[in-house]
Amino acid sequence: MNRSAPPLPRALHPGAWWLWALGLATAASRTTNPWLLLLVLAVAGHVVTARRSDAPWARSFAVFLKLGMVVITIRVVAQTLFGAAVPGNVLVDLPEIDLPAWAAGVTLGGPITDAALAAALVDGLRLATVLACIGAANALANPKRLLASVPAALYEVGVAVVVALSFAPSMVTAVQRIRAARRLRGHPDRGLRSIVSVAMPVLEDALERSLALAAAMDSRGYGRRASVPVRTRRLTTTLTLAGLGAMLVGLYGLLDGTGPAALGLPALVAGIVVAAAALRTAGAGVTRTRYRPDPWAGPEWLTSLAGATAAIGTIVTSLLAPAALEPVAWPLLAIPLPAAATIGILLASLPAWLTPVPPRLASGSARRRHPARSPMATDPTSAVAATTSASSSEVAA
Amino acid sequence: MIDLDRVGVTYPTDTAPCLWGLDLHIEEGELCLVVGRTGSGKSTLLRTLNGLVPHFTGGTLHGRVTVDGRDTATHPPRELADLVGMVAQDPRSAFVTDVVEDELAYGMESLGLAPEVMRRRVEETLDLLGLVGLRSRALDTLSGGERQRVAIGSVLTAHPAVLVLDEPTSALDPPAAEEVLATLHRLVHDLGLTVVLAEHRLERVVPFADRIVHLPGDGAAIEVGTPAEIMASSPIAPPIVELGRLAGWTPLPLTIRDARRGASGLRHELAQLPPPPRCGPGPGAGPGPEAAAAPDAAPVLRSGQLAVTYGHTVALAGVDLAIAAGEIVALMGRNGAGKSTLLQAWTGLTNPDAGSVAVAGEDPARLRPAELIRRVALVPQEPADLLYAETVAAECAAADRDAGQSPGACARLLERLVPGLDPDRHPRDLSEGQRLGLVLAIQLVGDPPALLLDEPTRGLDYNAKHRLTGLLRELAAQGRAIVLATHDVELAAAVSTRTVVLADGEVVVDGPTPEVVVGSPAFAPQVAKILAPLPWLTVDQVASSLQAAS
Repeated sequence: MNRSAPPLPRALHPGAWWLWALGLATAASRTTNPWLLLLVLAVAGHVVTARRSDAPWARSFAVFLKLGMVVITIRVVAQTLFGAAVPGNVLVDLPEIDLPAWAAGVTLGGPITDAALAAALVDGLRLATVLACIGAANALANPKRLLASVPAALYEVGVAVVVALSFAPSMVTAVQRIRAARRLRGHPDRGLRSIVSVAMPVLEDALERSLALAAAMDSRGYGRRASVPVRTRRLTTTLTLAGLGAMLVGLYGLLDGTGPAALGLPALVAGIVVAAAALRTAGAGVTRTRYRPDPWAGPEWLTSLAGATAAIGTIVTSLLAPAALEPVAWPLLAIPLPAAATIGILLASLPAWLTPVPPRLASGSARRRHPARSPMATDPTSAVAATTSASSSEVAA
Repeated sequence: MIDLDRVGVTYPTDTAPCLWGLDLHIEEGELCLVVGRTGSGKSTLLRTLNGLVPHFTGGTLHGRVTVDGRDTATHPPRELADLVGMVAQDPRSAFVTDVVEDELAYGMESLGLAPEVMRRRVEETLDLLGLVGLRSRALDTLSGGERQRVAIGSVLTAHPAVLVLDEPTSALDPPAAEEVLATLHRLVHDLGLTVVLAEHRLERVVPFADRIVHLPGDGAAIEVGTPAEIMASSPIAPPIVELGRLAGWTPLPLTIRDARRGASGLRHELAQLPPPPRCGPGPGAGPGPEAAAAPDAAPVLRSGQLAVTYGHTVALAGVDLAIAAGEIVALMGRNGAGKSTLLQAWTGLTNPDAGSVAVAGEDPARLRPAELIRRVALVPQEPADLLYAETVAAECAAADRDAGQSPGACARLLERLVPGLDPDRHPRDLSEGQRLGLVLAIQLVGDPPALLLDEPTRGLDYNAKHRLTGLLRELAAQGRAIVLATHDVELAAAVSTRTVVLADGEVVVDGPTPEVVVGSPAFAPQVAKILAPLPWLTVDQVASSLQAAS
């Protein structure tokens, strides 16, 4: 047996990373324990650094972290300005501004206590942690690839979403181009009026692009399908609606800890089963096939289960010691660390060691020209250049 | 393979048909070139071949189009996807996925091919088109030539019998265009693919064509024939053909090789004559660039050690240029060499990271837009970006107001550039040449001393290019400094007095155009390739030299 051989480098199924991240995000959303939240952040960050590829989207984790900082800042500022008084040690006493009667219940200014500040900080941290989990999924799995691996029946919806996603960057470049053109014509390129005058050409540009894309997709066979009997179509519709409804109820029950227990996991599982059946019947009319579908094997199971342990850990803690999940936020050192949740979250870091590493791109992002005359000829020098550029980028990283 | 039987197309909003009475039979394995002026119906003809006309565009199709026995009237484009591969004009707008390998597989997925077949064909196509090194690259990081080859590959994987391409090289620099054409040549010769392509730059594609379909537009009869037959009388012809006609060579040469063999007599004759004046003949050539570029004249456009970066990409790295009034400078270089960035820096659209830029002695980034248009005019790659009014007349009136000119100034200028343009037409309905004229009129109404053009000949036919050449000479003679960023070596040779070649953001060559382009494999115009080492660059120069001698 060759059990000792390391797994070949390969990209994990994007769905596995998203399930893992959703598990972590569920854990984060159910607690205001700052230690647990920081632990979730650390686990997410560690797995991202260990298992992200060198693709462009792999850099998105930092963006989400920055977004999280903004959220925390906004939350704290809002608390200091508008927050209701919380008993505790007064740090600063801002002058309170009297508001008219219709704004009753809103205070502006007033004393700021350490407890209020800590509560706001932790609340912001929870939102930032959830954002970081989504950022981790984005960095580890190409979101478009995830959409491409939806069931056959949803493929065309998936393609529409993918196209819409790639439209956003092209809209941004169109706006820049047309604003530049405004300046060239001697119009002011700042201010509200310039934005209004840019809108029309940008829309025209977007419409022209979408028409060109639609023509290209039509020419390449988009939308070829087999005929489906009416009864199958009706069955599909019924199953889809029932499944989605059950999933919605189940998710609500799971994420909102105050709901009855029967609403949570059972409803979600039932919904998933019904929806899967709906997708199966809907897939009958689709003739398309899939190129190199991502496999779902051991590492994928491990990753999604690792994410689930984090969620399960917090759920167990919420049943055993609910106070530990939502402790009084001050003083920090007095906050306990519940065992089940801690172990669950720590287990979620296992994919950092136990999954295969992602493959490195062969040619990096360096721009290289190909020999013009002989496209068939394999060029040994460019191959060497590719390996060196790849290894140098590793060094740089 | 392809049969067109008295085909006509009428779009719903038009009164006159776009195509009429077209009979055409294209054999298997043929490379058929569709030529004609802008607006003569080239794209419409190509789009009838896979049913996009009329299924996608609307309109009425008369007659019958059959491809390999399938009638396009009853088969929508998606039912022809396995038979006709359609490569759009701008591949960027046609990409569905974001990675090369997935893009190659997309069409096959739609056709429902088995996974093993898809895998094999993707690998074969990667090899065939030399894309192996690019397989996992993101599509928006590709260069123009690579992008075009991926677009070709993405339709080839479906194993179509017919490949249809709409202006595949018009946006490419000369080496990238050759890369794409060499690929097409291989596909026709090795795989027996039938290729139909439309192209404005005849000098690039005529040598490859088996047959030419000439759409004269304006209702005249459509001509179909071998390249030699069509080129003998066609009003649009590449310089090599015009030189052949001038020298009276029969048969007419279509490749540089044939022309060089036939040109030994002409070369001998020209060697006895004085070299052509540098600016080229023509009205308004003025006293010549030497006088205009006198050292004491202050340069209109200047850049000193100019450096611009985008993130970690260096677009310009220390560019020193000074351009005087009366000069026409051709700015050449690969896609991404920094040409557009340099023009943008001169209009204050890009802030330099280091160094300085000056237009008529002032920093363009500090000028308010209203002041800017009196000093420098830029015609961007997409002239339509500058247009937003409903009619040509409203556009002109707005330009007069912006530039603080008396009403009617822009309309008068436009009348000189594009005579007889209907002022009530919508700017988006104009032809490429008319639109370029309108944008030039708008930009020149403030009478700026510097004029910058970014790829002005994209989509222009030979006649429109000819008018542009005369116009630019006239503007330079009035004392303007003109810079053209272009891939069009023929235009650069015909109009420029000086050529600057950029590579990786640095000036590689800077000198008088004849010295730079003669002997350069990438930038020499056809006439220079035929007559090298003599310094004649254009057919007009040869004609006037011969005329002066006789």
